[in-house]
Amino acid sequence: MEAWSRFLDTFFKPDLIERYSPAILKGVVVTIEVAAAVVATGIALGLVLAIARSFRVLPASALIVVFADVFRALPPLVLVLLVYFGLPNVGISLPSFAVLWLVLSLVLAAFAEEIFWAGILSVPKGQWEAARSTGLGFVATLTYVVLPQALRLTVPPLTNRTVAITKNTALGTVIGVGEILNQATTAQSFAGNATPLMMGAIAYVILFIPVVVLGRFLETRFQWRRA
Amino acid sequence: MTAAAPPILEIRGLRKSFHHVEVLRGIDLAVLPQELVFIIGPSGSGKSTLLRCCNRLEEPTAGTIRVDGVDVMARATDINAVRRRIGMVFQSFNLYPHMTALGNVMLALRKVLRRPRADAQQLALAALDRVGLSAKARSYPAELSGGQQQRVAIARALALEPKIMLFDEPTSALDPELVGSVLNVMRELKRGGMTMLVVSHEMRFARDAADRVIFMDHGAIVEEGPPEQMFARPRETRTRAFIAELAR
Repeated sequence: MEAWSRFLDTFFKPDLIERYSPAILKGVVVTIEVAAAVVATGIALGLVLAIARSFRVLPASALIVVFADVFRALPPLVLVLLVYFGLPNVGISLPSFAVLWLVLSLVLAAFAEEIFWAGILSVPKGQWEAARSTGLGFVATLTYVVLPQALRLTVPPLTNRTVAITKNTALGTVIGVGEILNQATTAQSFAGNATPLMMGAIAYVILFIPVVVLGRFLETRFQWRRA
Repeated sequence: MTAAAPPILEIRGLRKSFHHVEVLRGIDLAVLPQELVFIIGPSGSGKSTLLRCCNRLEEPTAGTIRVDGVDVMARATDINAVRRRIGMVFQSFNLYPHMTALGNVMLALRKVLRRPRADAQQLALAALDRVGLSAKARSYPAELSGGQQQRVAIARALALEPKIMLFDEPTSALDPELVGSVLNVMRELKRGGMTMLVVSHEMRFARDAADRVIFMDHGAIVEEGPPEQMFARPRETRTRAFIAELAR
């Protein structure tokens, strides 16, 4: 019984929950803001890059491949630190929120580009040929025939990757972005108790479970009966 | 049809190489208005490549191709404008799986011919009606049989009112009992005066619908003539061997 109350005291201390709820909530708002901004720009940029790559202009494609490989290879934390502490030395000083958004967007774009590109490649050549033989141009074929098929295939891997990247908003804590983890660690060091961290963990679960469920829903919704 | 009518399709000295393999070695062929020309030959003889060069799905290495008087190869030619005048039907149908039968037929009407939606829908339904599938307009390709899918593909090409229709083994991917429905549509087209170039092994169809049969082997035309002659008494040994093989 004593162990149980020690456990509650360490992770679920009622007065601490009450005291730090506003801070954690503030963190939730910031996390949602960063995550939404990252998802919007990251996926959009990834799609633009994949479409650019489909034109198969060699120098452009090579650049895109290099970008995608580098940003998929580097740990996001390294990039966050590099940009936050490095850029001021060349006279560019970005607020920490902007750094986190920029880095995570680029990382998501790199993964999204590869996912979209794989989707585009998976559309059979016959689809291109059928469309082109009716007089549709390259762009129209891509827009009306290839992308709608490619995008459906990309929903499951893209959802997974999006969840993974948005969880990386927690990296903002090392450069002082006031997101959930940052609020929780600050509170924890003041209180000398792990309760705020547990509150942060619960906040993440509440935030991301719906995203995961939505991903599963989209996965089934976007399947269509294939010939 | 008058004897003086210029050909719809005129191919001269057509050559095509993939890397260093010459697949077409100088093809000369003219298809007259309302003519149904049938191409037979062993696999790898270049039949499909010949067809695919006509609308430049394959880029010819040398030679000239004219469709309805327009030089398909000329730099100034708008290839998309030429392609919509050449209907093409593929062995594997290639319907767009994310669109209904109607959507498949409407797409080029809307985006190539720029017809307003209501207009395009009416033309698409008329095309589906010609292949006997207006009742399936709202069905997706996966809900249709192979024969129905191929007829939708024919309607998709037909809706653009092509000058000539190219058929690349249109029945080879079909179960035997579904072949007849597609061939019947092709017979109807022929009766309606459509100019057609058909690569196929359907000998019976060739016998009663083709005006001319061409036998290709190793990238060249070996022999051509009316079907009765080509099937009953071919001149060339290679043709005879191939026909005998098919009849087995």
